[in-house]
Amino acid sequence: MFAIHETSPNVRNMKQLQYAVLAKRASRIKEEIRQRVRKPFKDLIEVYWGDPHRGGVKPLTFVQQVLAACVYPQLVDSDELPVDVRQRAELLLKGCAGGSVGSYTATQGVPQIVHRISEFITRRDGGAPCDPENIYISPGSQWGLMNVLNVLVDAEASPRAGVLTPRPCYLTSNQSMVALGAVAVPYDLCEERGWELRVEELRRALESAEGVCRPVALYVINPGNPAGHVQSRKSMREVIRFVSENRLFLLADEVYQDCVYGEHSEFVSYKRVLTEMGPPLSDTVELASFHSASKGFMGECGLRGGYVELVNLDPAVMKYIYTLFSADSCAPVLGQFALDLLAKPPQPGDPSYPLYKEETQRIRSTLVRNVKRVFEVVNSLPGLCCQPVEGGAFAFPRLHLPPKAIRRAEEMGMQPDMFYCTRLLEEAGVLVCPGCEFEPKEGTYHFRCCIMVPEDVMEELLRRLTSFHTQFMTDFS
Amino acid sequence: MSQHAANGLASRAKVLTVDNMNPNVKRVEYAVRGAIVQRALQIEKELKEGVKKPFNEVIKANIGDAHAMGQKPITFLRQVLALCAYPELLQDDKFPEDAKQRAQRILEACGGHSIGAYSSSQGIECIRQDVARYIEKRDGGIPSNPDNIYLATGASDAIVTMLKMLVCGEGRDRTGVMISIPQYPLYSAALADLAAVQINYYLDEDKCWSLDTAELRRAVNAARQHCNPRVLCIINPGNPTGQVQSRECIEDVIRFAKEERLFLMADEVYQDNVYAEDCKFHSFKRVLFEMGPEYSTTVEMASFHSTSKCYMGECGFRGGYMEVINMDPEVKAQLTKMVSVRLCPPVPGQALLDLVVNPPQPDEPSYHQFMKERTAVLATLAEKAGLTEQIFNAVPGITCNPVQGAMYTFPRIALPQRAIDKATEEGLAPDMFYCMRLLEEEGICLVPGSGFGQREGTFHFRMTILPPTEKLKIVLQKIQDFHVRFAQEFS
Repeated sequence: MFAIHETSPNVRNMKQLQYAVLAKRASRIKEEIRQRVRKPFKDLIEVYWGDPHRGGVKPLTFVQQVLAACVYPQLVDSDELPVDVRQRAELLLKGCAGGSVGSYTATQGVPQIVHRISEFITRRDGGAPCDPENIYISPGSQWGLMNVLNVLVDAEASPRAGVLTPRPCYLTSNQSMVALGAVAVPYDLCEERGWELRVEELRRALESAEGVCRPVALYVINPGNPAGHVQSRKSMREVIRFVSENRLFLLADEVYQDCVYGEHSEFVSYKRVLTEMGPPLSDTVELASFHSASKGFMGECGLRGGYVELVNLDPAVMKYIYTLFSADSCAPVLGQFALDLLAKPPQPGDPSYPLYKEETQRIRSTLVRNVKRVFEVVNSLPGLCCQPVEGGAFAFPRLHLPPKAIRRAEEMGMQPDMFYCTRLLEEAGVLVCPGCEFEPKEGTYHFRCCIMVPEDVMEELLRRLTSFHTQFMTDFS
Repeated sequence: MSQHAANGLASRAKVLTVDNMNPNVKRVEYAVRGAIVQRALQIEKELKEGVKKPFNEVIKANIGDAHAMGQKPITFLRQVLALCAYPELLQDDKFPEDAKQRAQRILEACGGHSIGAYSSSQGIECIRQDVARYIEKRDGGIPSNPDNIYLATGASDAIVTMLKMLVCGEGRDRTGVMISIPQYPLYSAALADLAAVQINYYLDEDKCWSLDTAELRRAVNAARQHCNPRVLCIINPGNPTGQVQSRECIEDVIRFAKEERLFLMADEVYQDNVYAEDCKFHSFKRVLFEMGPEYSTTVEMASFHSTSKCYMGECGFRGGYMEVINMDPEVKAQLTKMVSVRLCPPVPGQALLDLVVNPPQPDEPSYHQFMKERTAVLATLAEKAGLTEQIFNAVPGITCNPVQGAMYTFPRIALPQRAIDKATEEGLAPDMFYCMRLLEEEGICLVPGSGFGQREGTFHFRMTILPPTEKLKIVLQKIQDFHVRFAQEFS
């Protein structure tokens, strides 16, 4: 029989996620609630993942209607759906072989959708040109990231390839790097300054890699995950100069670009900043920028639609990238359609526009309010503090745990923040993600909580957190 | 930055080059979407721009995409999926009750009652349970555990995930993976990407592409000199060859896998596509268990299925699953880690799979129409399979084995020596040269046999049997005429 030592060492090196443990408990608790076992709470609040629909945010009506009409084209001929929905469905189906969403598409995606994405990028970036040939749609942005990393990382090379990644960092990207045999070289985000990225820290990280691995790329998440910082233009320019000087490939994960809340924060894309810096940098810095239909107002995580734009890559390398993506066949068609709606939403004058505007504004004002409330409430509790959430889908509060709690956690063989989160789940019915999942700085404890939930759910969450945390601090004082 | 430095920057080499990129990626090829298809797309563009050609459309018989060739989706499946996409339609009385019930059940299992929420990485639990029940029913009651079922982004995703996990070792200990020649080039692509050792075993063209354990033994013994053979991949019904393995053959393969300590990967995505009257689909799992505990408790296996083929043909949904049998729990834990990196398979594809394993029952309103549509699709494919074999075998220089199953024909073509020489001159595989000519002269896109692997000195092409019957007849006629011309030109 295949034994563990006969499996890929890269796969063995991947972390076992704490999620499995928490999910099992959560399942059990849900079952107990169903069986009417007495609990101090009537339902679970699940804010572990960045999943708006799971959190209770309503899907956008226009998106649902267009997808339904594409799946069941009889709806295109009926009067039940608004005219612009039907027109968009018709347009999208025309781009499908045999007029069916069941057909494979071209490797990079349906050509007209890829074109509309390139136009979207140009509009977003103040006119910076975007070549559709540089865009690849994939089943979610992480899939595209993994393909790009696969090209960058020679697993058999010595020294091994390294990728500079933020600390704390989104778990899945780190796992992908490990799976491919790359070394993650962490650079610390500065918590005291709102999780700011500082170029001095990039330099330190690069130096630390000497003799350990050969850094090939810098991975940046902006807006951040789990930490919700939004980079300033100045910082982004520094990053661009840094990758240029040090001959690193820039991987810019920008899936939260539509989630910006800070009054003084503004999302600007790496492509735009690079273009504005002009030649020679704008012609030479090699960049992969990722976006997705999973986040933002759309929140269509389950459809698996993401894309990567590749900038300034060697044309010979691009040919190999094409072949690599072609072996995956193509991204799910409904995910591609979601990207199309992201790139070209309803416009003023369209019949669906008023409802679309109302729904997206409601989501936006909910998120702005949630972010403010989390900041207020968490910072009012002793032993808890939180940086302002400028963007992204999460709050990432810091836990200052009493030594007694840390000792208890160690006795139970758990990371202290995992211990806290387990208690929070069992006693308050709130499922969050422990900070240990993000490879944080030694001796620091956090938890990550998705803020993309309806306002009443956020209030209930904060109420339960306050009551639980106060009790916890008392119990372990 | 100084002008001097700026100039230096502008003229410098790229950071990511062909020389420093992952060398394994350079070895990846995927003929189904390769050079000939890119030329076909170019020609389509030219046609659109009004360039005159001897044909007014390109017929893409290169890819197993039924809907692209005009096959209609099954009504019931699309109704349920539309209800899942826009649940407001549950109020619409134009949708039948059984469709609504299934949609409601699926939505209840989704986070926030939305197909836009992530599911668990292994796939929605109640759907995995339904898949397990389907497998039990298919396999005469042999138990299937939902925990052993992994939903995936098409079967290809699951196949690649398994291979990523199983390939390890250095030098002579590097994992060897046995695959049929000819094979579906996803396997060779994945093995190249992983730098696994590909161990070829040849199917017997003279015996209807059947598999012979003597050949398996030859291949594995030769391979043991330079690698560690640990995996055996088999595609049944076959792609590109369409052969449906007999029960005896499947038993032989299982015995062989046990003797040689090989992990079996059984690609069964065409399990509903069986046309030959004397052939039957036997699932590897069923045969394994019917061979008794000596085998059923020891042979490790993964079997794969998909929503892209059979009667559904829903390639664009990227739905599929694998079932793992007798896997060491520690090894299974590795699998669980791997699937989490994909986050989750597309939820619409999971929903579609649920309907495939849970179709309308005889007492339900949609049953008759569903069965009518399903039967029509499979009957048409069977008809086209027979027609194709017949027509190709009537062409001197083309020999075609019966298309027992799947969606393709893989005829052998006799190429004159002068044509082979011309191809070599142009740096092309002879059957690529042939197919390119066919594309340019007739607008028919096929995939040359060299893309799938074949015995040295033989040439083939793979053509799908998916175009509508009348169009297929025209295509077959054109290929016939082309072949005669080609043979003449290079005689």
